[in-house]
Amino acid sequence: MDFQLNEDQEALRAGVRVWCEDRFRFEKLAEVVQQPLAREWWRELAELGVFALRAPESAGGVGLGMAEAAVAFVELGRRLVPGPLLWNLLAAELIPGAASGEVIVGGLDQPQPADRRRPSATPAQPTDAGAALIEYGDAIDVLLVLRDDGVQRIEAAGQLPGTLVAEPLDPLTPMLRVSELPEGTIIGDAALAARLRLEGTALTSALLLGIAESTLEYAVAYAKQREQFGRAIASFQAIKHFAADMYVRQELARAATLAAAVTIDDPAVGDVSRAVASARVVAGAAARENARKCIQIYGGMGFTWEMPPHYYLKRCMVLENTLGQSPSHCTTVAAHLAAPAS
Amino acid sequence: MDLRYSDADEQFRSEFRRWLEAAVPAHGAPPARDDWDGRRAWDTGWQRKLFDAGYAGVNWPREYGGRGATLTEELVYYEEYARAKAPYVGMNFVGIRHGGPTLIAEGSEAQKQTHLPRILRGEEVWCQGFSEPVAGSDLAALSTRAVRDGDHYRVSGHKIWTSFAQQADFCELLVRTDPDAPKHRGISWLIMPMNLPGISVRPIDTLRGESDFAEMFCEDVRVPCENLVGPENDGWRITNVTLRFERGSAWAQDIFELQEYLVDLSALVAQRAPQDASLQSVLGQLAAEADALWALVKWQLGETAKTGVPGLGGSALKLAFTELTQRVYEFGARLLGRAALSRDATDDPSGWRSSDTFLNTLSFTIAAGSSQVQRNLIAERILGMPREPR
Repeated sequence: MDFQLNEDQEALRAGVRVWCEDRFRFEKLAEVVQQPLAREWWRELAELGVFALRAPESAGGVGLGMAEAAVAFVELGRRLVPGPLLWNLLAAELIPGAASGEVIVGGLDQPQPADRRRPSATPAQPTDAGAALIEYGDAIDVLLVLRDDGVQRIEAAGQLPGTLVAEPLDPLTPMLRVSELPEGTIIGDAALAARLRLEGTALTSALLLGIAESTLEYAVAYAKQREQFGRAIASFQAIKHFAADMYVRQELARAATLAAAVTIDDPAVGDVSRAVASARVVAGAAARENARKCIQIYGGMGFTWEMPPHYYLKRCMVLENTLGQSPSHCTTVAAHLAAPAS
Repeated sequence: MDLRYSDADEQFRSEFRRWLEAAVPAHGAPPARDDWDGRRAWDTGWQRKLFDAGYAGVNWPREYGGRGATLTEELVYYEEYARAKAPYVGMNFVGIRHGGPTLIAEGSEAQKQTHLPRILRGEEVWCQGFSEPVAGSDLAALSTRAVRDGDHYRVSGHKIWTSFAQQADFCELLVRTDPDAPKHRGISWLIMPMNLPGISVRPIDTLRGESDFAEMFCEDVRVPCENLVGPENDGWRITNVTLRFERGSAWAQDIFELQEYLVDLSALVAQRAPQDASLQSVLGQLAAEADALWALVKWQLGETAKTGVPGLGGSALKLAFTELTQRVYEFGARLLGRAALSRDATDDPSGWRSSDTFLNTLSFTIAAGSSQVQRNLIAERILGMPREPR
């Protein structure tokens, strides 16, 4: 047992971090807001190997594990890197061109029972309630749909029928409102769908962990330089105790997220489904609470558009609605308690 | 990153498990709470059995009777210990988890030779003389005086929260040896035999209505100078270093035990309210946090192995574990409904006496550095936030 990043993993993390700092440091984010996804940076991400990390070397991939993917995704989460990141990685072995970044893959999770699965089964309401919101729906080449009975591939070619959401909650995550999905082809069975959900949930946890880390850093840095009552607000216990709790949540989220990734790579060390669900619950709470406390510590500035914290909270809300919300993952963990493995 | 135990670890696991399977039932049920002599015999008797089988002091050096286990063997040990529901360390707590490790790190050779094997064999019970009525979270404000007089210190003062002082043979005692130095620099760490003249102990009832607690009065107690641990006036550093060593691994067993409790609570939920989705959700939330704590223990062990010194992360572990444990037992008590209004074992089918144990967990966030002290430590030492004026 050696539960620490090894040298290669440290190097991978450093490499991705350098790229993120260069491409997506906060000052540059404003340029990205509501812009269509730029193929240029998508290819750069692919050149870093981010999408091909898990694909076997024989298929032109890097041949590493979920542990490495998680390490890279934490960094992407820290800098709010936009794009349907996890879908491109999940599709690396399924969709030619995904690993190299030439094809942008989006995704939609449809876990409902068959009769309620297709939005077209019910006529669109005036409010469009019931329509699916698809991230980057206007930019993706291929849409993967995860259903309980299998995985569907839909050709999108940047032209999925739908209307662009005028005000997406996360300004860095454009959404396409889609009432009826085009026909697709089945490319995998229920087991594949379940596996992709699991792996996608692990990657989501890594992105959430990145948010937890970044918001803690922002909050502490701001508190150290912001003065009130003649001293830095970081010297007040009320602020310190917020920050200490943020730190604890971050540490728990990191340990759980990396443990889940390692468990996916080596299922002999634990129950994969429980490890992934636990990590997602803890990472979700860490990202959500840390982003909210970050806004609170920034005070009035935290409520402004120009400051970073709100972007993190909004991205967190996107991720917390990706591949199931926290309560459903809690239920998964509880089910494992009732029927312990081994 | 690798979470796999080695074959040697697994070999150790099956040996230890086999031994526990026979030894735990054979040790019988614990004596009544107010049967002090019986409790001492039960706690130290179990310690002796661990020692005879080679399972005492799992991470203590072999030369003093310990097992000298690797970090991963230690984890396996705590897992199996909790799984077997083996006896709680009880009255041996201070000796095994604090006094002994302090001597290993800072004691003289003679002190180690004298005390460590005896602690491991269950022949010495220790208590802790740290807190005072006016020195709680501000421990360094302690005022118990030790004045040098030839080859002795003359000790006078008032200690409080001295658990098991009535039964203890030795006390790890913090005293002020230099009243003129700044408060952190005039403190020393002494081994005080509890049979010396001038020591009186008064039990204090806890909110559970038991008297594990005590206060201790020292009036001109003559403690030999050879009982000084480390250099004179260096007691504050020693205390902090050993607290750090203690915090990491000691929680492993407790976290694993909490996970076992959650499994039993899950059975209770299934039996009492199988349709209640909100209960399932709360249970899953608590279990997810416990899982994360367990992963954090492994992460911090990896960190210790890499750097050789336990980091400050133990404060995060202590804070998270103690707060979570309170929430879990409170949930357990709530599941019992009105049955929680009884503290009798018979009224909790989970076997964990949830409402009584919940009361006990209220001390966890106060003892050994309150949650608020831990938050200050994390904010100031890890996050580099400025200290309060103090």
